[in-house]
Amino acid sequence: MSADKQTFTGNRGLVLEEALIFEIGVSSKCGVDLEPVPDAPTMLGDCGANQAVDLPGLSEPEAVRHYVRLSQKNHSIDAGLYPLGSCTMKHNPRLNEKMARLPGFGDIHPLQPQSSVQGALELMDTLAHWLKTLTGMPAVALSPKAGAHGELCGMMAIRAAIEAKGELGTRKRVLVPESAHGTNPATAALLGFKVDGIPANAEGRVDLEAFKAKLHENGGDDVAAIMLTNPNTCGLFEPDIIEIADALHAVGGYFYCDGANFNAIVGRVRPGDLGVDAMHINLHKTFSTPHGGGGPGSGPTVLSDRLAAYAPLPYVISDDGGYHLVEDQTQAEAPAFGRMVAFHGQMGMFVRALSYMMSHGSDGLRQVAEDAVLNANYVLATLKDMMSAPFGAPCMHEALFDDSFLKDTGVDTLDFAKAMIDEGYHPMTMYFPLVVHGAMLIEPTETESKATLDLFVATMRDLVASAKAGDLNRFKQAPELAPRRRLDETQAARNPVLRWQADICEAQAAE
Amino acid sequence: MRYLPLTPADRQSMLATIGAGSIDDLFVDVPAAARRDEDVDLPRHQSEMQVERQLSAMASKNTTASSVPFFCGAGAYKHHVPASVDHIIQRSEFLTSYTPYQPEITQGTLQYLFEFQTQVCELTGMPVANASMYDGSTAAAEAVLMAHRVTRKSRAVLSGRLHPHYTAVIENLSEMGGFTLAQSPRQPEASNGDELLAMIDDDTSCVVIQNPDFFGNVADFSALAANVQAKGCLLIAVVPEVMSLGLLKRPGDMGADIVVGEGQSLGNGLNFGGPYVGLFAAREKHVRQMPGRLCGETVDADGQRGFVLTLSTREQHIRRDKATSNICTNSGLCSLAFTAHMTLLGGQGLRHLAQINHARAAQLSQSLTAIDGVELISRAFFNEFSIRLSRKAVDVVDDLADKGVLGGVPAARLLPDGGLDDVLIVAATEVNTDEDIASYAAVLQEVLS
Repeated sequence: MSADKQTFTGNRGLVLEEALIFEIGVSSKCGVDLEPVPDAPTMLGDCGANQAVDLPGLSEPEAVRHYVRLSQKNHSIDAGLYPLGSCTMKHNPRLNEKMARLPGFGDIHPLQPQSSVQGALELMDTLAHWLKTLTGMPAVALSPKAGAHGELCGMMAIRAAIEAKGELGTRKRVLVPESAHGTNPATAALLGFKVDGIPANAEGRVDLEAFKAKLHENGGDDVAAIMLTNPNTCGLFEPDIIEIADALHAVGGYFYCDGANFNAIVGRVRPGDLGVDAMHINLHKTFSTPHGGGGPGSGPTVLSDRLAAYAPLPYVISDDGGYHLVEDQTQAEAPAFGRMVAFHGQMGMFVRALSYMMSHGSDGLRQVAEDAVLNANYVLATLKDMMSAPFGAPCMHEALFDDSFLKDTGVDTLDFAKAMIDEGYHPMTMYFPLVVHGAMLIEPTETESKATLDLFVATMRDLVASAKAGDLNRFKQAPELAPRRRLDETQAARNPVLRWQADICEAQAAE
Repeated sequence: MRYLPLTPADRQSMLATIGAGSIDDLFVDVPAAARRDEDVDLPRHQSEMQVERQLSAMASKNTTASSVPFFCGAGAYKHHVPASVDHIIQRSEFLTSYTPYQPEITQGTLQYLFEFQTQVCELTGMPVANASMYDGSTAAAEAVLMAHRVTRKSRAVLSGRLHPHYTAVIENLSEMGGFTLAQSPRQPEASNGDELLAMIDDDTSCVVIQNPDFFGNVADFSALAANVQAKGCLLIAVVPEVMSLGLLKRPGDMGADIVVGEGQSLGNGLNFGGPYVGLFAAREKHVRQMPGRLCGETVDADGQRGFVLTLSTREQHIRRDKATSNICTNSGLCSLAFTAHMTLLGGQGLRHLAQINHARAAQLSQSLTAIDGVELISRAFFNEFSIRLSRKAVDVVDDLADKGVLGGVPAARLLPDGGLDDVLIVAATEVNTDEDIASYAAVLQEVLS
């Protein structure tokens, strides 16, 4: 195998180069057969444009080929292990896709009369029931569009509750562990809270004493909330979580739990039993809706009794007359804090998630958590002698390593990740969480077989041996076998080219 | 269970390798009080066939847009999506990949995002666009926050003809973030925007208008934009129906500083309101204040063209509490559907399709306003307009539904206190036939008489 072999076309066997649509399409070409424009008066007032927008079109065969060729430059779960820690890249069942495409779900309008969408409201109500039961929480806001949006929803509910108590002027501090996802401090800041970091202890957990000291720093009545991920971003369960919740509640604060890692405990632990007041659930992680190359996600947010009254609009209620959407404050019995989105949320994701939950059932979901945790511990156990695990076993659903095993090899975490690409793997999450140096966070999920894990572990061991033996080329040049080699991100940021333009393209062609 | 590859023997051997006696040993950190030995109280696992049967039963209780003469809009529109678009977005490599954080093995996603950004720029007439937002309403709220950052002011002036849900989302985020708002009266008739100019004060960062507006009116807002900018504010234009950009003057050409929109109409079905795809475009000088992901062109180590996510120092995973937004994802697969549909249409195809939409709406307006008790409110419109009825619109819509026509969205459904009980918002698109329009007119006449 030679990475250097040049071809006339630039193609490499089945890996085909593909131009931009702007280089292959023309504005006059159309891949959709359109009917003639019916006779009718023009009623555009002064707002009509004289000409078409200047965008290329392609015939259907050209368009299909374009996107299929592009698709072949992507790694995917369907093609192989995708062990991105914190992202829960599990198999996306195709039944979910089929169900979401039933016309009764996919081809209904959010504002058609409620009598004509009773089945859709029933689905939302059923999903809500599953989420509340699995989390042991009394209420859920379905509408948030993604995990970070669910976080925003939960923190807004907390803010509304604080406001209702007349404490908005004083409760300004939100405690956030250093290991938190970046969305946590960003969300708190967006709502005008002051972010105050709490350190981790030597075991990768919240330092209980440091937490209590921070909590009571000014007596405690200036603390709005804690935002805690559990299992945390080091892949560890927080053993003091109930004590943390109790201490927080004792001073009138609220417990926001980042539910990104719910997959590790679903069916085995209910966040409601841990003292959680609000938690978002990433349907695209725990409940298998596809990540889609970066969305659409869905982030329903469960709420405790202390927050349920502030749940945002809309929500579904039912009585003898059927299901009803409460869409406006005038119809609501409780003081909803407002509205997160237009319409009702990510219905397409609701259908997929419910299809997944019903397939697994209560017994299957428990097995999901167990197999996810088992797979991660298996990876930890079989790699910890060669790689460096900063914290002890057991872990939950993901195994964390730092870069100390690469000390003096000249290879860093990034190089190591890029070498994994040449071996056909998507790298694990790199450099996160921030609390360990050169972090490598591996989340295999429950949908990987033992054979897949064994080959992965063998590959990782071979890479480590190579690094320690000084085979720098395997790392520094990597990837050599991917559709592209390392990309110049500095140039991209320094001279941003964020859209195609004819003159830029021609200038490059002339070089 | 069909989604779980581990066998009981695998589990035993793996536990042995780990050195754990049982699976419970791996959950020792869970406080005893929170451990559950029993399954939660929900149904047990079911086969594909069993799940399909139950969900199909729920789906069958809904009246689908394709099964009746259908005229609902108000921010979500029924269009024909080419079969190839749905095939493309179901490619495993698009459907089951993550955010393109490892660009060497995600060039497929990155290239279509670059193409998407370019298409959004051209459609809106703006120099830069991001890789999409959750939807139009959240894009609008983010635009207001961006205007506050750019101008270092904290008050927004909203048009009374902005979609009420968009208003509510902006209101919610503004209130929570400590910002203020003012809104012009909720009148359905078009105006020249002087009332908005009069509301601008020293602390106002932006004026937010919608075109086509919630009631369907379209207007050239160039003069308003210039006047808003003369007062040191940004003009934010909201486009709720992206199809309109095939036929209307582009917001960027009319002087908008930020353009946000709902892109659902290209490539995406109704889906009962989501997932959709938010569009976000701005002026080049404000690019570093934009929220969301941006894809940029660069070269790889061999000098070959490639694409990466860029300018991420604006984003939460780098900047944490100093980020421009807390947004972490975009609407990836929906933006793929958008860009694939746009690529199939091309510029001239889009114009043709938009012309069909407009012609159908114009035909419908003529048919409906010929009926006694119907008065046309919107004088200039694209594919949606408002009518004033001799009865409450909510009741009329229910009566129409009983007779098998989904005839539009009553303004009062979204504005119950707006004094707009007699206003009905009606949309027509390329899916509506002559027969649909004739049925609607006949049934409406019956319902109103």
